Amino acid sequence: MSDKTIISRLRGQLPAECVLFDPEDLRPYECDALSAYRQLPMAVVIPATEQQLRTTLALCTEHRVPVVARGSGTGLSGGAMPLADGVILSLAKFNRIIAIDRDNRVARVQPGVTNLAISRAAEPYGLYYAPDPSSQIACSIGGNVAENAGGVHCLKYGLTTHNIQSLELLTIDGEQLTLGSQALDAPGFDLLALLTGSEGLLGVITEITVKLLPCPQAAQVVLAAFDSVDAAGAAVTATIASGIIPAGLELLDNPAIRAVDKFMSTGYPTDAAAILLCELDGDADDVVAQVEQVSSVFHEAGCSSLQVSHNEAERMRFWAGRKAAFPAMGRLSPDYYCMDGTIPRKHLAQVLNEIERLSQEYNLPICNVFHAGDGNLHPLILYDANKPGELERTEELGGKILELCVAVGGTITGEHGVGLEKINQMCVQFNNAELQQFHAVKAAFDPHGLLNPGKAIPTLHRCAEFGAMHVHHGQLPHPELERF
Amino acid sequence: MQDVQTLSEQVREAAASGTALAIQGGNSKAFYGRAVNGSPLPVAQYSGIIDYTPSELVVSARAGTTLSELENTLAAEGQMLAFEPPRFAASATLGGTIACGLSGPRRPYAGAARDFVLGVNCINGRGEQLRLGGQVMKNVAGYDLSRTLTGSLGTLAVLLDVHLKVLPKPQQEITLYQDCSADEAIQRCNRWAGQALPLSGASHDENQLMIRLSGSARSVSAAARTLGGEQLDESNTFWQQLREQQLAFFTSASTLWRLSVPPASAPLDLDGHWLLDWGGAQRWLASDLPARDIRLAAAAAGGHATLFRGGERDSEIFHPLPPALLALHQRIKQTFDPAGILNPGRLYREF
Repeated sequence: MSDKTIISRLRGQLPAECVLFDPEDLRPYECDALSAYRQLPMAVVIPATEQQLRTTLALCTEHRVPVVARGSGTGLSGGAMPLADGVILSLAKFNRIIAIDRDNRVARVQPGVTNLAISRAAEPYGLYYAPDPSSQIACSIGGNVAENAGGVHCLKYGLTTHNIQSLELLTIDGEQLTLGSQALDAPGFDLLALLTGSEGLLGVITEITVKLLPCPQAAQVVLAAFDSVDAAGAAVTATIASGIIPAGLELLDNPAIRAVDKFMSTGYPTDAAAILLCELDGDADDVVAQVEQVSSVFHEAGCSSLQVSHNEAERMRFWAGRKAAFPAMGRLSPDYYCMDGTIPRKHLAQVLNEIERLSQEYNLPICNVFHAGDGNLHPLILYDANKPGELERTEELGGKILELCVAVGGTITGEHGVGLEKINQMCVQFNNAELQQFHAVKAAFDPHGLLNPGKAIPTLHRCAEFGAMHVHHGQLPHPELERF
Repeated sequence: MQDVQTLSEQVREAAASGTALAIQGGNSKAFYGRAVNGSPLPVAQYSGIIDYTPSELVVSARAGTTLSELENTLAAEGQMLAFEPPRFAASATLGGTIACGLSGPRRPYAGAARDFVLGVNCINGRGEQLRLGGQVMKNVAGYDLSRTLTGSLGTLAVLLDVHLKVLPKPQQEITLYQDCSADEAIQRCNRWAGQALPLSGASHDENQLMIRLSGSARSVSAAARTLGGEQLDESNTFWQQLREQQLAFFTSASTLWRLSVPPASAPLDLDGHWLLDWGGAQRWLASDLPARDIRLAAAAAGGHATLFRGGERDSEIFHPLPPALLALHQRIKQTFDPAGILNPGRLYREF
């Protein structure tokens, strides 16, 4: 099938402004936020109506052209990276908040609405949408559902999957399905859960009903410094053990603290081995009680200094450094690579020490900024893509870190998704029967394999090649670690 | 304890010979769902807690572990299953709880069974062992099939091990009661749920609204002052009786329907005796009206209806699915269980 045929048919059936095919126009779509991976698509289709969306899917099905759905392109795993012979389906024009139902505490929104716009629209009712990925000002709710996005408040409020109630889905065959319901559950299999985090491989989401929560009455942050990362890790464990679920619990190690401090004035103690930022929110009385309790836990855990935010400006200032961590890395190093493994927290010290060892082995600096409460690590590898071979070394180091996470009982991705980036490590986390089960589920939705093919779930063939490349001299990586 | 290899082998043999299997845990919820004709596959002996470190907020246990053993273990560390699952009998197992996907009074405020499932190990209808999800809070590798299995009534796989998120028990819990109509109760519950109040239960029966508050002593007493009403004696086991369906409303019902509707829906115009739970989102109806009338009313409100207890167990128990969605269910069933041997017909007649 020649490119011309599908493009001319798309142009024939859709308004001119909906179909981009000039390389200049395609350029902005060549990557998502994982910019190391780039590819121009054959065309970009930007439907404005559901009918136009159906037409696009029907033509792509007829011509067997792959479709990669795209929201705001802020994903970090290459999930929305185009395929050379495929169409990018931008849902940017599906950007309407359809309704906010105060009584049932839900909002019906189109997939192109930004995450933050939902909370802004709900604010007059004293409600908000809880998941807050760091890109929330730009990322779309459709993309959040596709990736099962998290954020700093996951520990208490959950991921996207815990905060949505129903989806309208178009299958590649143009069938419209409602998954979930306007009630708290729906009959049959929990396909709402299956679709959440399915990375655009199963269907195209055309509408989402999200849950809204009452805005917390109060929020305060405790900022504490520790002389060792181990002590900070122990303080995290002690906090949870004391019966508190903080709204957020973040750890920055010394390289990260110093990187941020060079970027902006944070007031973070730059000599600390690690700092913890612990946010408590909710009912005003509860917050007061919990701030006291967390402060005393941190003191007992041996913190070297401790500050509590006393007003909103101070709270924002405490958070500013954490939120600026990634741009600060950009200032410190020409490029950085953000990992996303999650581990059982009890292995934190072991994993951080091993990451430090790998950093030395590969001679690439690593800063650690992460969601300590739920064990979601974000090691940032600093590198320079202009130095020959450095990107490759960085990717190899990143892969080692992910395999380490799997080896201690964790996962290769906590919230960023597999996309293209971690597809080889999927072979480490899942065996052939599991991968085959995933492929079969995809085929149940998408029999011709046209939706975002090649992402998220590796072929068995790919895993065989990866394994052959990977297991040198019959030795598994990290033979010193117990496997389970 | 049962051996996983033996269980896998049993499933493989059943698939090869096309023998339907009726998976059996503690038999505490055998009344629930459609009747299955199959040779029993007992799994209750595959039991025991595998891993529990309280500060991780995660517990891993084998599917045959009884809920009472599991919940007692958590309680000893000041923790709980926040979805407050019903047991219906002392023999209730973790596997059956997750397979049925039922949640108790705390559900609208803390989350459902599926919200706390982090991962499962299971055997699909081919006899293959699959590890789906994981044992950490955040995990987006692979499709979220462990949540899809939750509530699938054993039609997709035999559960082996379950990894759950757990939460600390609240410091204090009190119950208030207020006299009001069902209509008024629904309005109050949903108004309060939109405010930062430490609600953990809201149920209405016979002109009485029961409200549970959970949190720090300070916030619970402050909320009690805001909401008003009489405080129930601490020794009262109302919420447990509600969860276990031991209240007079349940014991006197011959045919019990469960209607799941948007919580703020006005009372539905269906004859029978009503009890509201989940702040209006879960409504129990004891009624002999035709199924069709009940299902139409539930659907018109934006929800669905389940024939929870009584009635004909070989009829439609769960709300019928639209044709395209039913066909998708059948295709998904096919991927897990191509021979159609796992609890066939328990959920829907067609698979």
